[in-house]
This record gives sequence, C-alpha cells and structure tokens, in this order.
Amino acid sequence: MDIELMINSFPKLLNATLITLKLLSVSLILGLFIGLGFAILRMNKNKLINKFAYGYSYIFRGTPLLVQIFIIYFGLGQIEYLRTTFLWVVLKEPYWCAIIAFSLNTGAYTSEILRSAFQTIKPGYLEAGRSLGIPSKIIFTKIQIPIAIKQSLPAYGNEIILMLKGTSLASTVTLMDLTGVAKYIISTTFKPVEVFIVAGGIYLFMTFIIHNVIKYLEKKYGFQT
Amino acid sequence: MELLYFGDKGWGDELFFATLMTIAVSITAMIIGFLFAALFTPLKLSNNKVLNSIGNAYTTVIRGVPELLVIYLFFFGGSGAIMFVASIFGYNDYIEINAFLTGSFSIGIISGAYSTEVFRGALQSIDKGQFEAAKVLGFNKYIYFFKIILPQMLRLAIPNLSNVWQITLKDTSLISVTGLVEIMRQSYIAAGSTRDPLFFYSFAAVLYLMLTFLSMQLLNRLETKYSKGY
Repeated sequence: MDIELMINSFPKLLNATLITLKLLSVSLILGLFIGLGFAILRMNKNKLINKFAYGYSYIFRGTPLLVQIFIIYFGLGQIEYLRTTFLWVVLKEPYWCAIIAFSLNTGAYTSEILRSAFQTIKPGYLEAGRSLGIPSKIIFTKIQIPIAIKQSLPAYGNEIILMLKGTSLASTVTLMDLTGVAKYIISTTFKPVEVFIVAGGIYLFMTFIIHNVIKYLEKKYGFQT
Repeated sequence: MELLYFGDKGWGDELFFATLMTIAVSITAMIIGFLFAALFTPLKLSNNKVLNSIGNAYTTVIRGVPELLVIYLFFFGGSGAIMFVASIFGYNDYIEINAFLTGSFSIGIISGAYSTEVFRGALQSIDKGQFEAAKVLGFNKYIYFFKIILPQMLRLAIPNLSNVWQITLKDTSLISVTGLVEIMRQSYIAAGSTRDPLFFYSFAAVLYLMLTFLSMQLLNRLETKYSKGY
C-alpha cells in the first residue's frame, strides 16, 4: 500500500470530480426535459408518434452507452454537411458530445420511468379535475406532473446513480473526468489498487449522498396515492 | 455495403467473429457472476454481522463504482497480482494474462453483484412455510436446497436475471478498452482503417440491438415456461 500516492492523488482526483459532477448535472437536466417530452409522446394516441417514441427509447436502452458516445463523437463529424452548420461548434467539443450522448441516453430511461409513473396515476384524480372544470393543460401541469414526479422518485434515483457511473465513459473521448484522471494516474504509477480505493471512494461517497437525498425527498414528498 | 463483404475485401467476417466474441464474453461473465452470487447471496442473508457486512460491501461497492474503473483495476492490477503470487513460488518473469479472462472476470464481478441482489430478493420472497415444511419433513440438505428452494427461487429470479443479462451484454462493450477484439473494438479498428466511423459504430449499435432483441425473445420464452403455476 502506497499511502503517500493515495494522499497525493486525492486532490487531483477531487478536481476531476468537478468535471464528473458538471457532466452529470447538465445531462440530467437536459435528459429530464427529453424524457418528459418522449413520455408525453409515448402517451399520444397517434400510433406513428407512439411508435417513434418507443423506437427512441428502445434503441437507446438496447445499445451500450459507449456506442452512442462513439457515434456522436467520431461518427457525426464525418457528415460533411454538419461541419458547415453551427452545430459543428458544439460537435467538435468532446465535452458537448459526451453531454449529448448522456442526455439522450438518460432521456430514454427517464421517459420510461415517467411513462409508467403517468400511467399509474389513478383515473379518479383526473376525473376529479375534469369535473371541477379545470382545463386539461392545468390538469396536466398541476395534477399529473407533480404526482408523476413523486411516484417516479425511487426509480429516478437509481437512474441518477446509473448516470453517475455512466459519466465515467467520458474518459474514452479524451475528457479528464474522475475515471479519466484515475486511469492516467494508474497508467503512470502502475498502482491500480491505491488509485481504485481513492477514486472508488469518491464515487461511493457521491452515490451515498444521492441515495440519501432521494430517500429524504421521498419521505418529504411521499404521500399515499 | 461492400464494407461488410466477407473475406479480405470487407469487414463482414471480422465483425461476425467479434459478435461471437461478445456473446462468449457475456456468457462467461454471466457464469462467473453466478459463481460470485452463489458465494455472496448466503453472506447477505446471513445473521452473522461480519459475514453480512462482507456481502453488503461487495454489492454496494461494485454497484456504486463505475464499471470502467473496475475494469481498469483488473486490467492494470490483474497481471501484477498474478506476478506477485508467481514470485512467491519463485517465478519472476513477466506474465501477461489473457484479455478474455480479465475481461470476463471483471464484467463477471460486476454482473455478480447484480445477480446477488436478484437472488437475495428471490429467496426472500419465497414463502417462509416452504422452508419450514422442508425442515419439518426432515429432508436432507441436498433435497432441501436443490429440490425445494432452488426451483422456486429460479422461477422468481428469471425475469430480473434477464435484466442482469442485458446489463452484462452492454457492459462487455467496455472491455474494448483492454484490447479484446469484440464488437466495439472491431468497429474501432474498422473505423480507423476505413475512416468511416459513422457506418461502423452505427453497425455496432445494430449488432447490439440484434443481440438484445434476440436474447429478450429467448428469455421471455424461458420466463413463460418457468412461470407456469405449480
């Protein structure tokens, strides 16, 4: 055990954790909007729209995240037309490519979580809203969405932890996130166990925090439906 | 399309064998995972506090740390550990371990943590009366476990195990970083030499989709077979 290396690498790894957290939070926020959008499309009565939304979530949940990042980072740059548009400003940055891949990926999972949450809302709530003459837009934003959020909290907490682990793949497209820096230190010092303990400890600490925050929110907003 | 020709002209045969490699690694990892689950599930259910916390530590650490980090640990640490053991026996040359074994082993440890949770949940949802009845009837340990508990546990575990299989299958893409030539690595090589990454990575995505689709069909059939009432 090389305690000195562990102490020395800790600040470096902690610094890299910032990038991990940035990637995580930005893609979770974007993914939440994407997921909400596709969950609404999934509940559309039009079969074509429904199939499209199902196809999206099927493709993104059926393929590894690594493939998705590689398609976006290495693949999209190949399309000549894209290089001339303003999108290229975004797509040439590995940081944004990773965020796009993560958001689309977590969006697919989130859409499934939200869809099942919407579908388990008791029809009585909606009927009550309708019979009170509340417009359907307000029923959706004020009744359906809050209940769906509360019901999907446990599953969404799992998704946040999965995404935290998923951000480690950013290191494959040259980003120096926590895993990227850990790999760099391992490959320069050849002391994998020590670095694993420190980096793994940081990850575990983050999962621990996320787990407890979700637990707290569940308790705070939990109600019997 | 000529990129996919078999033989020297295209990458069809390479990608075909890479797909077989992905399947082989996934199955090996799944089996290694079952071995780990068989070891750790009893620990997680044990009343002994020390054993219990060992079981919990395994599932918490593995499920809380990114797969890639675990793979790096075994990829960089594996040969070192084996060389250390070999040096005790007086063998000091460099030993390079097989990428297939390291890959399957590290994915297996990860999939084992998920399998452990699945088996624990399945065991806990078996009716207590079944355990008691088996004990009261005085069956020996073999019949108690293999004829009474295991069949009931498997039937409860199969739906969740198919989730674990999906996760394992997708995780195998990560061992491409160790150089094992599976779908992802082969696509990387092909994309590099033809300068057509969009095509090859999209094709890799299609291959993975096919694998998940086919295995889901198979597992669903298994699920209906075993969920027939008793």
